[in-house]
Amino acid sequence: MALLQTDNLTAHYGDFQALFGVDIRLQEGETVAIIGANGAGKTTLMRSISGVLTNRADAIIFDNDRIGSAHAADIVKKGIAMVPEGRKLFPSLSVEENLLIGAHGRKVSGAWTLESVYEMFPVLKERRLNPGTALSGGQQQMVAIGRALMSNPRVLLCDEISLGLAPVIIKDIYAALPKIKETGTSIVVVEQDIGQALKVADRVYCMMEGRVTLEGAPSDLSRDAIHNAYFGAAA
Amino acid sequence: MTTSTQTARTAWSVETRTRTSTLFLGLAALLVIVLAFAPFYASRSLIQDLFFILTMLVLAQGWNLLAGYAGLVSVGQQAFVGIGAYAMFGGVILLDLDPLVSILLGGSAAALLAIPTAFFTFRLQGAYFAIGTWVVAEIVRLTVAQWKALGGGTGTSLPRSATRDMFGLDFLKDTFGFKTSVATDVITFWLALILAVVTVGVVYRLLRSRQGLGLAAVRDNQNAARSVGVDAQRLKTIVYLSTAFITGLAGALIYVQKARISPDAAFSVLDWTAYVIFIVVIGGIGTIEGPIIGVLIFFALQNSLSGYGSWYLLVLGLLGIVIMLFAPRGLWGLFTDRTGIELFPIRRRLSGGSTEKPGG
Amino acid sequence: MIWADTIVQGVLLGGLYALFAAGLSLVFGIMRLVNLAHGDLIVMAAYLILVLVTLLGIDPFLAALISAPVLFGIGWLLQMHVLNRTLGPDILPPLLVTFGLSIVIQNALLEGFSADSQRLSVGALETASLALGPLNVGVMPLLTFLSAVLVIVGLNRLFYSTSLGRAFRATSDDAVTASLMGIRPQNIFATATGIAMVVVTIAALYLGTRANFDPTIGPARLIYAFEAVIIGGLGSLWGTLAGGIIIGVAQTLGAAINPEWQILAGHVAFVIVLLFRPRGLFPRAVD
Repeated sequence: MALLQTDNLTAHYGDFQALFGVDIRLQEGETVAIIGANGAGKTTLMRSISGVLTNRADAIIFDNDRIGSAHAADIVKKGIAMVPEGRKLFPSLSVEENLLIGAHGRKVSGAWTLESVYEMFPVLKERRLNPGTALSGGQQQMVAIGRALMSNPRVLLCDEISLGLAPVIIKDIYAALPKIKETGTSIVVVEQDIGQALKVADRVYCMMEGRVTLEGAPSDLSRDAIHNAYFGAAA
Repeated sequence: MTTSTQTARTAWSVETRTRTSTLFLGLAALLVIVLAFAPFYASRSLIQDLFFILTMLVLAQGWNLLAGYAGLVSVGQQAFVGIGAYAMFGGVILLDLDPLVSILLGGSAAALLAIPTAFFTFRLQGAYFAIGTWVVAEIVRLTVAQWKALGGGTGTSLPRSATRDMFGLDFLKDTFGFKTSVATDVITFWLALILAVVTVGVVYRLLRSRQGLGLAAVRDNQNAARSVGVDAQRLKTIVYLSTAFITGLAGALIYVQKARISPDAAFSVLDWTAYVIFIVVIGGIGTIEGPIIGVLIFFALQNSLSGYGSWYLLVLGLLGIVIMLFAPRGLWGLFTDRTGIELFPIRRRLSGGSTEKPGG
Repeated sequence: MIWADTIVQGVLLGGLYALFAAGLSLVFGIMRLVNLAHGDLIVMAAYLILVLVTLLGIDPFLAALISAPVLFGIGWLLQMHVLNRTLGPDILPPLLVTFGLSIVIQNALLEGFSADSQRLSVGALETASLALGPLNVGVMPLLTFLSAVLVIVGLNRLFYSTSLGRAFRATSDDAVTASLMGIRPQNIFATATGIAMVVVTIAALYLGTRANFDPTIGPARLIYAFEAVIIGGLGSLWGTLAGGIIIGVAQTLGAAINPEWQILAGHVAFVIVLLFRPRGLFPRAVD
């Protein structure tokens, strides 16, 4: 049994259907990447799992628990934390407060504390009293990741954490993922940057137009297969 | 294939009328005529009731235009009722004008007051606009209460001589044998009927016009409207000033009929704004039909429950809350959703043509 | 000397208005909800205190202490089951629902307590005064002002130094992302309104002890409160106190010139401040 799985997951925005029966699996301790072009449905998938969009109860199963229709706040409490697309730091909160509020709903002791987050991202400690939104894009992304970790989640969902960042910064951010994995956290990474995704992932799902078009370990997937799954087969 | 494309293109047409609405316009015209003759077959108390319904309808259409279309939620319309009424009294008492002429003075005074009011309240956003309009109404009420020539805080009455010599009165008395008191009610009733028909007509025309479309765009999305060249601020100002004018006319007319005024009554937030809001909300905000339905329900409620004092207002308040929560588009909205009937259609709809794709 | 006395009275009156306004400011700051029934809720709280004083024969201060949790509960339920449904991008539903609520509360109170004026009696305290230098200051007005300062200090501490306050600010910034932190925005809003009702209880205590009250005086208190909030700048509690003081001083100065000008002078001061500072005296940087 997978730690987290979606079964025939669908999603709608009004009349527009964004997901058409998506099935993904995440095993305990695994890092899975979900790649796809803009509008493929990756972010909708993340929003569905994290409870921002609600669903059939049995569309999403986490640790034998049917969570598809649960409120986002309860999903965090069960142990799934999200780094949302666009970072979404709270502008009225300082860096440290942004981190602390990550543990608001789930106060579980584990590897992640204020100290260990500062240890992983030392620059945040220097700027801990600044408003979160006064930081650079890369630093804000660090806060967003740290904030999600503060709940010591069993599953960490990362939505487009490289978006809008310089390549050097992306490398720094991605360097954190193995450290997070070491603590036993399972990770889902949503990426448009295929290269980054393939480097960190144990398994990859490729999405296009609301469907999973390809699945496999990075080493098993050919460039052409990924290209076709990503952009659609050339007709 | 080419021909079918062309037919489809020419067969589409944009319409804002429906068959029901055309039929309804005929019926409405008939109703207005029947009403116009009411003084010849109806009792005096019915005429007074109709006067009340018509003037409340005018106020309700005005508030509906402000809040339902222009997004200007005012809680201070009593400022314009009051200033209209007081200007009318001023015209009669201080300038010796005929009350009917003085009604126009009332409307103008309200429109004039609306200019500085708009300048001030338009700086405030959303809910704060509402409070701002209320504060202005309070300022005007307290200032008018200092106007000793018009009775100060206790108020005054229209002089007998002025009402007795009112324009048209003698004609009605001589031609139809009405008593003076009845003739006054008849004149004010006819004026109320004209004002109501004109108000509904003007609002309807406005909403069907280009400006009306702009207004709808502003209500739905101010930024988007600006980007397609709709000057939201200008449109809102026009709506605000014209509503003030109509509200001032109605206020003046109401007080010609009442013939007795005091600041607390003429600037009552309950009578001239709260009731009006309930009428619009219960009937259906953002429609022309809503206030009409609302005023009839309001009148029925008031007639059947007014004996119960504050219970009546309690029920009215609860009804307003329940409707806002569970049927925010009011009773008329519920009706339209069920039946698809619109009597004052302002949406543009495509008709004719075929939905088939050419060649498919 | 008479002017100094008038101004001091005005400042102390401003404390009362700041108390009226603090709850309003709190609720607006967190959920952008403007509660038009706020004044009537204060009057309702005053009647609850009055009932407890009459039934149990206790002191108004003690009665207020008992009322506070009851009113917290009423506020919580009101927000959870009624007002939360009205929140959204459209400003009409909250305005109209709270306007309806205002009418309902006023008339329920009229039905229950009649239109007669009532007063909360605090015995000798009512007439007690302190000599502050050359000025004589009433103990109750002074207590009102100090309570306002205490309430503002307390709310600011709650807001900026507790985890609940952190959740308030986060939810106010972005309710969806807050729910990703395990916060239920609906609960946060209900709690905020509950706390606002505790402030309302304190305001009601001083409203009832300072002067007569009857079921219809709520809307006027609402207007004073709003003027204080808007003058102060949305979301700044100290600004609200400053706004209350400006209204209070304007009113007592107006009354000193002509008793009929008291209320008018307060409103005019409000308009003048807004003409020069459309966003109030201390607007929040982030909005």
